[in-house]
Amino acid sequence: MDFSAIRLELVAALIALSLLAVGLIAPRGKREMTGYIAAIAFLGLLALAFLAPGHGSSFLGGRFLNDPLALFFKRVFITAAFLVALMSLRFTAGLEESRSEFFALLAFSLVGMMVLSSANDFLSLYIGLELMTIPLVVLTAYDRASGKSTEAGTKYVLLSAISSAVLLFGLSLLFGASGSLAYGDVAAALAKPAFGPASGDPLAVIGGVMALAGFAFKIAAVPFHMWSPDIYEGAPTPVAAFLAVGSKTAGFAALARLLFFVLPSNGGGLSLVVISLSVLSMVVGNLIALPQTNMKRLLAYSSIAHAGYMLLGLVAASRAGLSALLYYIVLYLFANVGIFAAISSFGDGGRSGEIASLRGLWKRSPFMAASLLVCLLSLAGIPPAAGFLGKFYLLAEVARQGKLWLAALALLMSLVSISYYISVIRVIIMEKAEDESRIRVPIAQKAILALSALATVGLGVFPGPLTAWTQAIAAAVLR
Amino acid sequence: MVNAAIALVLAPLAAFILIAFMTRRTEALSAMVGIVAAAASLVLSIGLLVGVLADPAGAHESIKWLSIPAIGHFRGLEISMGVLVDPLSATMCVIVSLVAFLVMIYSLGYMKGDPGFSRYYAYLSLFAFSMLGLVVADNYFQTFSFWELVGLCSYLLIGFWFEKKSAADASRKAFITNRWADFGFMVGVLLLFQLFGSFDFTELSTVIPLAKGGAMLPLIAALIFIGPLGKSAQFPFHVWLPDAMEGPTPVSALIHAATMVAAGVYLIARGFILFASVPAVMEGMAYIGGFTALFAASIALVQKDIKRILAYSTLSQLGYMFMALGVGSMSAGMFHLTTHAFFKALLFLGAGSVIHATGEQDIFKMGGLGKKMRITAWAFTIGALALSGIFPLAGFWSKDEILLASLRSGHVGLYVLGLGVAFMTAFYMFRLIFTAFGGASTEGLRAHESGPAMAIPLLVLAALSVVAGLIGSPWFERAFGFSFGSFIFFGEGEKSRLDLTTAAISSLVAVGGIGLAWIMYGKKLIKAERVAAAFGPAYRLLDHKFYIDEIYGWIFARVMLAGGRAFDWIDHKVIDGLFDGLGAATRATGRKLRLTQSGRLQGYALVIFGAVAIAALALSTDLLGGLLK
Repeated sequence: MDFSAIRLELVAALIALSLLAVGLIAPRGKREMTGYIAAIAFLGLLALAFLAPGHGSSFLGGRFLNDPLALFFKRVFITAAFLVALMSLRFTAGLEESRSEFFALLAFSLVGMMVLSSANDFLSLYIGLELMTIPLVVLTAYDRASGKSTEAGTKYVLLSAISSAVLLFGLSLLFGASGSLAYGDVAAALAKPAFGPASGDPLAVIGGVMALAGFAFKIAAVPFHMWSPDIYEGAPTPVAAFLAVGSKTAGFAALARLLFFVLPSNGGGLSLVVISLSVLSMVVGNLIALPQTNMKRLLAYSSIAHAGYMLLGLVAASRAGLSALLYYIVLYLFANVGIFAAISSFGDGGRSGEIASLRGLWKRSPFMAASLLVCLLSLAGIPPAAGFLGKFYLLAEVARQGKLWLAALALLMSLVSISYYISVIRVIIMEKAEDESRIRVPIAQKAILALSALATVGLGVFPGPLTAWTQAIAAAVLR
Repeated sequence: MVNAAIALVLAPLAAFILIAFMTRRTEALSAMVGIVAAAASLVLSIGLLVGVLADPAGAHESIKWLSIPAIGHFRGLEISMGVLVDPLSATMCVIVSLVAFLVMIYSLGYMKGDPGFSRYYAYLSLFAFSMLGLVVADNYFQTFSFWELVGLCSYLLIGFWFEKKSAADASRKAFITNRWADFGFMVGVLLLFQLFGSFDFTELSTVIPLAKGGAMLPLIAALIFIGPLGKSAQFPFHVWLPDAMEGPTPVSALIHAATMVAAGVYLIARGFILFASVPAVMEGMAYIGGFTALFAASIALVQKDIKRILAYSTLSQLGYMFMALGVGSMSAGMFHLTTHAFFKALLFLGAGSVIHATGEQDIFKMGGLGKKMRITAWAFTIGALALSGIFPLAGFWSKDEILLASLRSGHVGLYVLGLGVAFMTAFYMFRLIFTAFGGASTEGLRAHESGPAMAIPLLVLAALSVVAGLIGSPWFERAFGFSFGSFIFFGEGEKSRLDLTTAAISSLVAVGGIGLAWIMYGKKLIKAERVAAAFGPAYRLLDHKFYIDEIYGWIFARVMLAGGRAFDWIDHKVIDGLFDGLGAATRATGRKLRLTQSGRLQGYALVIFGAVAIAALALSTDLLGGLLK
């Protein structure tokens, strides 16, 4: 067995355990240092992921696959965890106790995401999923002072359980239809239709739909989205950020593999489901975002809509589609992390997150306002921010596949989305604050904001290197 | 040539960065930086124009910006960033940088003491960069990117005085209206790429004629045409421009009169081959332009706000340009764009001078300003005469080109419509002049001539409004061997001509308009109130701008926002309600144990299971059918 294939997971798990230990050893007054240790450790892990990601490509007889696609996702997850850890320093400083466990849970959830992206077998898939979700549930309920946080945690655990049940049921049906848990065997078995060449196996159809539903929950696609606004609003802001960028991306990692390599296309049936999810998410997400007055709820609906755009990359197993999806995931990561970092810099750590609290931000902190502006413009898809090119890339591919109506609908809905992004921008730069005092932005938040804004503009103006990389990945995994 | 073009685009960007990051706190320095950069752009643009005059072939260079290789049947995605220098772009560069330069100097006086002085110059520089970038772009993708960027600058500048709620609202309206139009543009560009595999103007000009007659081409042309409709504020997207007058007046002069709103006309000229190959779109363009010209001019007849009169006049003149393009004369359209840039910027800056001096925008609260503000009054009158098309000022030549072009292409109806618009134009402009500048001075209205920073740009633009038209005159052609029509054209160069009959008719019409204004507002022989009362319903219709704003407001509030609220409500209330009934008994016993505030959870779960069931059933219908058989 070649353990170098799971080197990153091992190190991440080690980080999680060490963080727990540090929390125990460190003297009472100095426990905030676990946050810094966590951030530095994640940064080191990121360096490791780029410099020495492990040469082995599979583990446990192919149950666990460390291919370029998985590696790409792992780098995204580690970056997200690093940024979220930095963002959390301020939140955890306000906690009475259990500061170190917060970061340990973050690390455990990271391990889960990494396993999920490498899973090449239903069992590792499910283990990764739960390993990711359970720490996230605890993190969601972490703000014990807030009733909303506790409520959000409860909702999240119950609804996650339901979605896991659906997923497991689906996986068991697929197992029943194919007699195997390994992706390769399942795909081979399902390729041989049992009930006639055109139709496919009904077990596989129902199993496939249920598996899709399980992950549609994770990426918060309509109609499996209803948990996300409540939970984004209730959870501590950094945790909401991790849900939005980490957990959602992990869902896409799993979906990409399932859709491209495991489930049979079934005469276009499943891609019909993907299209329906995408259309519903774009329409419902963008429309509900319009009347929102709470920034975190607005972001929840906007990220539902973005899940819709990203699903467009999975409609057909095409290299350009996958490559566009990967590009979009990166720009989505930076834009969202930037916005959440800004919300978390407020006096109350972003607990309320009312849009009105952003009033006059332009005067109160020009730096934060400018970075926030760049991130919002990226999500709205206005050049030169990366969001514009990301959408263009995705939609050009959808149009090429002959689904012009789908591209046009996506554009139309992104047009609707301008209305709510511009409302937020207007509050930031054009409305007067009652309290005009300057906001002292914590240094960590400053760093995240600067990085997000730079990355967002940088990816928009010089997209070449990243697109070249995502194309190489797509070319390596899709034939 | 290419290097000069790149430099003239980047100079204002450098100014923007310098102001934003370094000189923000020193206002005088910020203004200097902005003005120097604009001057540099102007000098380079003139150099470019001289170069193109010597060698009309121009220059074209581009680099690959993003390239996604072709794989199998996938054609690949090649996007380049480049610079295209030709007579069209060189002329436009000169117009943009000249007006930008003059407006920046003017703003030294106009914006003096404003708390956002440095911010203002930063935005203006950013705008100059975006607009020049749009002008030299060599492909649709690049054009679209800069197109959005100018929209963003326009948003920032309309809302510059955001303390006023109306300004903040207007900026939002402008941005969103433009995005709706850009939706068409973007879909069109996507389709264009699907069909030809290229965004490049030069490449497309060779492949489009080959695809003539295809089913896709009309659709693409029509979709792309929607973009210019929005940016140039043509009906039905015109609603944003009058509201955009909430921005500082010099901004209205630069962005919402001379340059950005002309970008739509410019884009059509740039990709003229595309539109010219679809006669139906050309016809549509001509009639939308003609309609907007008439529609906006009629609204201008009853407006009271000096800037709004000018705004509707801009709409109407842009309509003229669309009409010219639509009847197939790119030269006439671009010629009118050029002359209009000068005299409309002049009129706006003149209006700014008046507003600066009096703090008043309602022309009926002004009066007798001519004696107190001599320079402004003269400059404004020259601008108005040029706009009305009085010989030999700039507007005369370009407007006659348009009227002649519509007549020669057989659009007699449009010609007559154009004459009607010319009459209205002369009337509403001189209604303004006789009311605000003539007559007795209003009591309590303090006014003084503006300082040199504001007066000098007025004089320069006044001079240009007098002579700019001559470059399209037969005299110019006789003296130098070329004229506007043989420099910028589509197909074959146009000889400049002076058709005495049409010239005489349109001059008579313009003089008639001025005369009627003199009778009604100068001599007050006919009471304007009586006319308004006599045409009551029509007057109200015009006063409410045909109720278009109300209709759009209703659509947003009743359709989009209500849609969002309805979904929100379904998400939370309907499903809750469903379970309020079903679960009432359990709820009663479990109220104390409940961890969540509402019974939403069961509702959410129901939706999840329901969706799975529906999807599974939908996908297996043929399977089930097969089994039952």
